[in-house]
Amino acid sequence: MPATYTPSKPDLDKSRLHDNDNGAGRRPPTDKRTGGGGEGDNWQSRPQGQRGPRERLGRYRMGLFFALAGDLMFFIAIVSVFFVARTTGHFDAYNRYINEWLPTAIPPVLWLNTAVLLLSSVTMELARRRMFHEPDVMEEWFGLGRPISRRSAPWVAATLCLGLLFLAGQALAWKQLAMQRVFFASNPSSHFFYLITYTHAIHLFLGIGGLMLALWGLYASRQLETRQILVDCAAWYWHSMGVFWVFLFLLLAYFQ
Amino acid sequence: MSQSPYLRRESAGTLASSVRLAGRTSPIRCHLFTTDHRAIGRLYLWLALLSVAIGTILSLLMRLHLTWPERVLPFHGPVLPEDYLALVTIHGTLMLFFVLTTAPQSGFGNLILPSQIGARRMAFPLINAVSFWVIAAALVVLLSSTFVPGGSPISGWTAYPPLSAVPSAGPGQGTGIDLWLASIALFAIGSTMSSINQLVTVVRMRCEGMTWGRLPLTVWAWITASMLSILAFSVLLAALLLLFCDRHLATSFYLPVGDVVNGTLRAAGSHNGSPLLWLHLFWFFGHPEVYIAILPGMGLTSMILGNFSRRRVFAYRTMITTTLLIGFLGILVWGHHMFVAGLNPFAGTAFSISTIAIAIPAAAKVLSWLATIWRSRPSYTTAFLFSLGFVSLFITGGLSGPILAQPILDQYLHNTFFVVAHFHLIMAMAGIFGLFSATYYWFPLLANRTLHEGLGRIHFVGSLLGAYATFLPMHLTGLAGEPRHYAQLTSIPNAAGDLLARTLPLNRGITWAAFFLAGTQLVFLANLLLTLWRGPRSSPNPWDATTLEWHPNLSESDFGLLPVVYREPSQYAYQNGEARALPQWIDPALLPSAPSTSGDRGVS
Ligand code: HEM
Ligand SMILES: [Cu+2]
Repeated sequence: MPATYTPSKPDLDKSRLHDNDNGAGRRPPTDKRTGGGGEGDNWQSRPQGQRGPRERLGRYRMGLFFALAGDLMFFIAIVSVFFVARTTGHFDAYNRYINEWLPTAIPPVLWLNTAVLLLSSVTMELARRRMFHEPDVMEEWFGLGRPISRRSAPWVAATLCLGLLFLAGQALAWKQLAMQRVFFASNPSSHFFYLITYTHAIHLFLGIGGLMLALWGLYASRQLETRQILVDCAAWYWHSMGVFWVFLFLLLAYFQ
Repeated sequence: MSQSPYLRRESAGTLASSVRLAGRTSPIRCHLFTTDHRAIGRLYLWLALLSVAIGTILSLLMRLHLTWPERVLPFHGPVLPEDYLALVTIHGTLMLFFVLTTAPQSGFGNLILPSQIGARRMAFPLINAVSFWVIAAALVVLLSSTFVPGGSPISGWTAYPPLSAVPSAGPGQGTGIDLWLASIALFAIGSTMSSINQLVTVVRMRCEGMTWGRLPLTVWAWITASMLSILAFSVLLAALLLLFCDRHLATSFYLPVGDVVNGTLRAAGSHNGSPLLWLHLFWFFGHPEVYIAILPGMGLTSMILGNFSRRRVFAYRTMITTTLLIGFLGILVWGHHMFVAGLNPFAGTAFSISTIAIAIPAAAKVLSWLATIWRSRPSYTTAFLFSLGFVSLFITGGLSGPILAQPILDQYLHNTFFVVAHFHLIMAMAGIFGLFSATYYWFPLLANRTLHEGLGRIHFVGSLLGAYATFLPMHLTGLAGEPRHYAQLTSIPNAAGDLLARTLPLNRGITWAAFFLAGTQLVFLANLLLTLWRGPRSSPNPWDATTLEWHPNLSESDFGLLPVVYREPSQYAYQNGEARALPQWIDPALLPSAPSTSGDRGVS
């Protein structure tokens, strides 16, 4: 029996199927940009079966962006209805034109909340960048500990706290409005105030779920690539919710 | 079985062997909670088959009641107006969402799309599975809405407020419509997820050489429909949310002031809304939705006509463009459903123009189909026949579109059976013909067997005659004034009653034709079951097709390497008057001699 190892078909299959190409053993994506061809990571010119780990990251990112495009349409629809409702009136029995819209006063705490949310975006971006920091990635790739998780997790945790703080602040705003007897059903403008803040808060809850998942992944997942994807996608989602909020908040604050 | 979704010869791919497998391994795990796109695609098809069966029975009940209103249903008693409207609602919702959206887009999208682009799987298998289950849950919720206290929803598939926004408005406007809302919301979420998956798959997972210009038109249709889904379903979700608030949270987005429902003036809450708002939001979704239903059929028609007439698809690049253009214009035409709803007349004109503009890419498609088969000697397989039928129905149904798109004419025709005729020919029948075409064509990939051609031809002729006999006369009853959503045409005591009574003979004919059409489908079911039971095994590429899903041994070739694509689909080499197929995957270097190929090379 010759001592050479002849790979069997399934073995070959396995190593070449990109299904099983989880990035282990290949250099994970980093923030280093050499900009030229011949870069070890130049996956785009390779056939699919041999593409590098960056492909998986790109795939998840793209999925997230399509989802966010749909989400954007959702908010665009609601904002359009906002403008329609604000300008709609009717004629009453005495033929007077009535527009029932009474602007809802914005609780000042919302300014604070906005600042908190923006800050959380900053911490999240720091966490995201950490995931691709080249020296750390290389260190981890060589098997020298898990510096990436160690350096990134605190920032994710900080984002999580700030996010919860934002939600607490929103809850406070709802409470203040309720004390002024402004409820969901009170007025066309309050419909929108609550509709917009509630739907945005629900989105943030999902984001918090994503952050917790990312945090858990940072500890539990052994593959750097998976961790990068988790944090990266959570970050882009979080940023988008921040941007959505800025627009929605400006709408509520200045366009009522 | 998630290992190698490609293996047609192995158990993974075949429906027949799934049945066999079910006895052995854990069948639930293997076939229900699977993330394999082929298994999921098959689940979608079963779901659509179930829905279409129920939907058809409901439509026959509708016809029975329209023509013989005094008849009593067994186990039910007399059919009340709300029962009739419930039939309309569940029929429409089932057919449009759970048949014409799921089967072409998600069913065949899962079964065929990855292999057509040379990918081993979808981009997000887990999300794929989840979206199926969300949609299945939506179906369960919809069907359960019939059995709740207060009765089935009766608002039609469009659920116009104010009636749909007021729980006390009548039968079915309570829990029934709440469940309808929940069902459609679930459906919207599931469809969005599945569309995202499909888009990313096409953008990211194409095999080597599969450039954008070489994608089969089916794939172009699928991704255009996916883009429309992502845009449209999100807006629908917002609209549903607002309707929910109106129903339960005392808002009035869609409720006008002075709204009198059942003789009572609704006074609670502020009333500053307008039902027109729902129409805008709903049709912003609704019109793209009908294109989501038909685009895959259009793409498939192009490919099948080319394949069986051994021609390249006429004006291939232009067909890609028209697919995208139809998708794009489809977003801009929603107002043509609202001409008589109190739309600003100027807006009506604008929507009329954009609507007629969409007839241009549609006509270009028809021209390409005709030019592709013009003076060719096609082989008249059942799949080809159904594609021809698609073209025919698309033309017939399309001709009434520009008529309806004139606001003036629509004043009269809106809400008559003329509209019913229009959309049943162009969407329902054309869509179903597209599905049949797909089934006959791809059945060898689904079950490793070919459907019986003789039965298929009977099925085709019966369906075509039945479709026209059922839906063409509806133009006439519509022109005579027969309204939609009326439970009864007889015993109406005035001149209108006389008018409607005069349409009864024609209506009786329509009902007979509908039964004939439905009966013909039994031939298809028989064919399906017979073939699954003991149909002939098919050869690897029975239609001599050129697209990648027919690659004879995708899984085995080159030790599991993915195939490489060298040319556009439907390319043929002509030698001595014989057309020889040049499949996308054949290396030009391996061709014996390359005389007059019409393949494009060197384009990347
Ligand atoms: C030449 C292109 C087309 C034109 C100009 C056109 C025009 C119209 C117009 C103006 C209406 C509104 C009629 C009314 O409610 O009074 C309408 C209804 C409809 N069309 Fe088309 N159409 C075209 C193609 C299509 C296609 C390709 C489909 C589907 C695949 C389709 C499906 C429908 C449906 C489902 C309705 C009725 C919806 C409802 O009220 O329930 N149409 N069409
Ligand atoms: Cu339309």
